[in-house]
Amino acid sequence: MNYAQHVLTHLRKDLRLEWRTKDSINGMLFFALLVVVVLAMAFDPASYPDMTRQISGGLLWVALLFAAMTALNQSWARETNNSVLDAHRLLEAPASALFIGKALANFFFVTAVEIVLAPIFTVFYNLQPLGQAWKLLFILPLGTWALVVNGTFFAALSLRTRNRETLLPLVLLPISMPALLAMIQATTAVLTGQFEPTLWIKVLLAYVIVFTTACVLLFETVLSAD
Amino acid sequence: MTIGKDPTVAPTIELGGAAVAKPGALPRPRMSSATETSAAVKLQRVSRLYGSFVALREVSLQLAPGSSVVIVGENGAGKSTLLKVVAGLHAPTYGEVTIFGESPRDLRGSVAYMSHATMLYDELTGMENLTYFAGLQNSSPQSMRSNHSSGSRKARLRDRAAQALSEVGLDPTNPRRVGEYSQGMRQRASLARVLLSEPDLLLLDEPFSNLDVGSAHSMIARLVAYLAQPSPRGLARTLLLTTHQTELARPLAQSTLTMNAGRLVSLQQTSPLEADGDTPAQREGVR
Repeated sequence: MNYAQHVLTHLRKDLRLEWRTKDSINGMLFFALLVVVVLAMAFDPASYPDMTRQISGGLLWVALLFAAMTALNQSWARETNNSVLDAHRLLEAPASALFIGKALANFFFVTAVEIVLAPIFTVFYNLQPLGQAWKLLFILPLGTWALVVNGTFFAALSLRTRNRETLLPLVLLPISMPALLAMIQATTAVLTGQFEPTLWIKVLLAYVIVFTTACVLLFETVLSAD
Repeated sequence: MTIGKDPTVAPTIELGGAAVAKPGALPRPRMSSATETSAAVKLQRVSRLYGSFVALREVSLQLAPGSSVVIVGENGAGKSTLLKVVAGLHAPTYGEVTIFGESPRDLRGSVAYMSHATMLYDELTGMENLTYFAGLQNSSPQSMRSNHSSGSRKARLRDRAAQALSEVGLDPTNPRRVGEYSQGMRQRASLARVLLSEPDLLLLDEPFSNLDVGSAHSMIARLVAYLAQPSPRGLARTLLLTTHQTELARPLAQSTLTMNAGRLVSLQQTSPLEADGDTPAQREGVR
């Protein structure tokens, strides 16, 4: 049994659980749509197309970040119900496989929300990218992974705390700042066409590599903690 | 607590077990005077604190492979904490725990723990839960290797899960999710999960609570049969079980340890022990 099979086993389980309960997707989708609609009502995007392009990257990622946070705690709550997490602590399977499986599942959930959100966002904000739109195919998955990999890790870290719902944003937001900056700048660059997003994509890629490695290496310690 | 030992060494309860027994006739423990090989469980002056509350107080215990021990005591006596410390789920605040000579956390897969909670996903069926946990084992258990030398991995896992469920009297084809199971069914599904990995050391916390007498006897019969077989690693299987239902657990109890306020306060052994040379005089060390 190799490592990839363990990861796939965890991933399949999380997808199946979500398919049955829809706890994460429903909450995320509702929250993200609410943010997009409320902000669209705050000003008239059609009247200020340039300003809309300037701020849309930020709006999109803020909506996704907060939406993802509603799901991240939920994903570990499944493991604490019935003390299933204790069963994982006694298994031979590497703890990091559980982490990667769960991060991948969260990645798919947030991506599903993005797929629904993107056309709605485009219509509400009357967006037409002036830069190379195909680069969003790198920016969106990288940004999403940056959010979920840290979010999944810190949600696990805050599992044993009393105010975990409060603690997660307090820890996650500061540590995600470099990634947020990179993904917002890269998205804005594509939407406005005023500058090249390549540098920010590289920053995002470096962030993803560093934090994914750190989270994978440290997860065993988090899982084993009393 | 000391049992016939040099008072200068750490007080210890040692249980030495025979290797294998027939179903229904578990090996009888004997009092051993020294540690020969790696003990199945060895606790040396283990204390566990939760804040200022002392759940375990300087507990020393040594079980040989093949031992089958029932722990009794009032609520809050420290039974569950003792099992969690042995399982490696809780680190001791003081003292040392070794399982087969290694730290519990280095021996994952060889130790199985059944708690009050099912440790199963409520939203999955029993079969889905068991197939999932079977898929997370690094090595295939003995029975899986022997019964299914060929066939796809998925089919092997499903067969193994179905077998484990059947052995505890659950229908593998039952489409109900574990969250919809009765309490007794949940207990049995939980037992199936712990036996799935064919562990060398089995830690069961109140396994008969919420079970009717018939179901409890079925579970005991399954455990007796399980303990009678050597593990895939060639070790005699060891059981540590907590319960309030001592009469029910009697077929499993080579020895009964009593806990009170975080301490091991007494050891009661089955009568054949005395024929093996353990006399009441030898037990006078129990204070």
